[in-house]
Amino acid sequence: MPSYLFWLFSAVMLIGGGAVIALRNPVASALAVVTCFVGLAGLFVGLSAFFVGVIQILVYTGAVMVLFIFIIMLLNLQDEAKRAKPMTPILAGLGLVVAFVIQLLGVLARSPDTVAPALDQATLAESASALVNSGSIAASGKIATALNAGRLPDVHLIGRALFTDYNLPLQILGVILLVATVGCVALSKKTNPSD
Amino acid sequence: MLIIILKIVVLTFCVVLPLVPVAVFFERRFCAVIQDRVGPNRVGIPLTLFGFKKDCSIFGIGGLIQPVADGIKLFLKEDFTPQHVRKVFYWLAPALTLAPALITACVIPFGTDVTLFGHTEKLVIADIDIGPLFIFSIASLTVYGIAIAGWASNSKFPFLGGVRSTAQMISYEIALGLSLIPVLLYFGELNLSAIVQQQADHGWLLLPLWGHDAAHPLTEKLLFWFPAAVSFLIFTVSIFAETNRMPFDFPECETELVGGYHTEYSSMKFAMFFMGEYAAMVIGSALIVTVFLGGWSLGFGTDAWIAKLNIAGFGVGGLLHLGIFLAKVLAFILFFILVRWTIPRFRYDQLMKLGWVIFFEAALVNVFLAALIVAAPHLQGAIIAVGALLLIAVTAAIIWVARVSEIKPQILRA
Repeated sequence: MPSYLFWLFSAVMLIGGGAVIALRNPVASALAVVTCFVGLAGLFVGLSAFFVGVIQILVYTGAVMVLFIFIIMLLNLQDEAKRAKPMTPILAGLGLVVAFVIQLLGVLARSPDTVAPALDQATLAESASALVNSGSIAASGKIATALNAGRLPDVHLIGRALFTDYNLPLQILGVILLVATVGCVALSKKTNPSD
Repeated sequence: MLIIILKIVVLTFCVVLPLVPVAVFFERRFCAVIQDRVGPNRVGIPLTLFGFKKDCSIFGIGGLIQPVADGIKLFLKEDFTPQHVRKVFYWLAPALTLAPALITACVIPFGTDVTLFGHTEKLVIADIDIGPLFIFSIASLTVYGIAIAGWASNSKFPFLGGVRSTAQMISYEIALGLSLIPVLLYFGELNLSAIVQQQADHGWLLLPLWGHDAAHPLTEKLLFWFPAAVSFLIFTVSIFAETNRMPFDFPECETELVGGYHTEYSSMKFAMFFMGEYAAMVIGSALIVTVFLGGWSLGFGTDAWIAKLNIAGFGVGGLLHLGIFLAKVLAFILFFILVRWTIPRFRYDQLMKLGWVIFFEAALVNVFLAALIVAAPHLQGAIIAVGALLLIAVTAAIIWVARVSEIKPQILRA
C-alpha cells in the first residue's frame, strides 16, 4: 500500500476514535465508531486482506453498529453534555493507556525488524509450490492456479484454513453462538402469569 | 491511474447515473400504461421559446425530456431547513444514502474487453475477487443515511420511518447473504467477472442449455436449477426489501407515515434520497442480472464470437456486451416497476415474518441442497424431489403470507 494511503486511513481511524470519546451525543459517538471502522477496513484492504476488510465493514459497520444506533434511537438517550466529568475514571483510563503503550513498546522492541516480502508473482508462486509440496493444496487447484498467476486468493486461503486446520474450533464456535441465540430468546420471552 | 479515473467517470457517471432518470421516466410511463392513463407525454425541447414554429420531441416520442424537467424542478425548489432539525446530521443523511449505491457500481462487470488504439481494457472499474461481498458491505451502509435522516428530522413520522428501515434492512440482509451462498458454492468464485465468464461459456445459471463438457455435465446443471431458482426468488424479493421498493416500502409509506424518513426534506436534498433509491434499484437489478441471468452474455455460445468483433482495429465486442447488459438491466427495472404497481403493500409484521420465518429457513435448507448437489451429484432422484418440494413450499409460503393480510390482525403482546 502506498504510504500516503496508510497515513490517510490511520488519520481517519484516529480522528474517528478520538471523536467517540470527545463527542457527547450518543448517536454522534456511534457514527464516529463507524468512521473508525471504515478507516480500519481501509487499512486491511491496503494490506491485501480484502476479505477481512470487507467483513469488517459488513459485520461491524453494517450490522453491529446499526443495531447500536437502533437501540440508542429507541431508548432516546439524552445528551450527556451536562453531566460533570469525574476525575477518577479519566485517570484510570489514562493509566490503562500508558500501561498498554509500555507493553506494546516492550513487544515491539524485542521483535526483529524485518521487511515483509512484497506480494509479487515470484513470492506468490514460491508460496504456492511450498503449499503444494506440503500436501495441503492440489497442484492444479484454484488456490495454486491463482497464486501462480500472481493473485492472492485470500478468500480461498482463509476458507481452506478455517475448514481444515481449524474445523473443530469453528464447529464449537457455531454451537456456542447457537446456544447464545437460544438463551437470548428464552430470556427475552416474558412468561405471562395468566397463561 | 488516469484510466481508472476515466473508467469511474464513464461507467459510474455516464452509464449508471443516467439510468436513474431513465428508470424514473420508465416508472411514470409504465405505471400510466398499467393504470390505463397516458402519463407524461408532452415534454420536449421547448423550441417555441426561442421563436421556432414547433417544439422538438426526440424520436417522435413525447415526454422523453420529462426526467430533465423533473430534475430542474427539484433543483429550483426552495431548499428549506426546518428549525427543529439536528443540522449536521440533517445535511449528512442524503449524501450517506446516495454515495453507497454509486460506490457499489465499481465491481459490476459491464462487458468484456474493449480495445482502443491497441490498448485493451476490461469494462469493470475494480476487478476484485470479493465482488458480491463488497456490494453487500457497501450497500449495508445505506441504512445509515435513512436512519440518520429519520432521527435528525426530530419529528415523529420520519423517526418511525428511520427505525422501520433499520429493522427491515438488517433482517433482509441475512436472507440476501444466505441466498447467494448456493450460487457461490456452484461457481467456486467470488469474482463477478469470472462468474459471468463461466455463465457465458457454460450456460446462464437459470438457463443452462449450452456449453456442456466433462466438467460441466448437463445433468448437474439442470439439477442445480432448483437451488438456483430458490436462490433467485429469495434474492430478488430481498433486493426489493433492501431497496425499500413496493411492496416493502415501509420506511416511507405515505398512507402511514406521511412521507417517511424524508418528510422534512425538500429540493435537492429530497432528490438525493430519490436518486439513492433508484440507484440502489439499478445496482440491485445489475447484481441479479450478473449473478443469475448471465450478465453481459448473449448466450447460446455466441459470446466468444462477439468478444472478438472489431471494426478497423478497435475491439467493439465489449461495447456490444455493454449494450446487452444494459438491455437486461432495463428489462429487470421494468419488472421492478411492474411489481410496484401491481402488488399492494404488505403489513409490517408480515414483512418481518416473511424475512425471519420463511426466507431465513428456506435459504438455509437451500444451502444444504446446493452443497449436496455440488458434492454428490449421483443422488439425482432424491435431490430433484427435495428441490421441487422446497421450491413449491417457498412459493406456497409466500402466497400464504400475502393472503394473511386478509385475516384480521391479532393484537400483539408487548
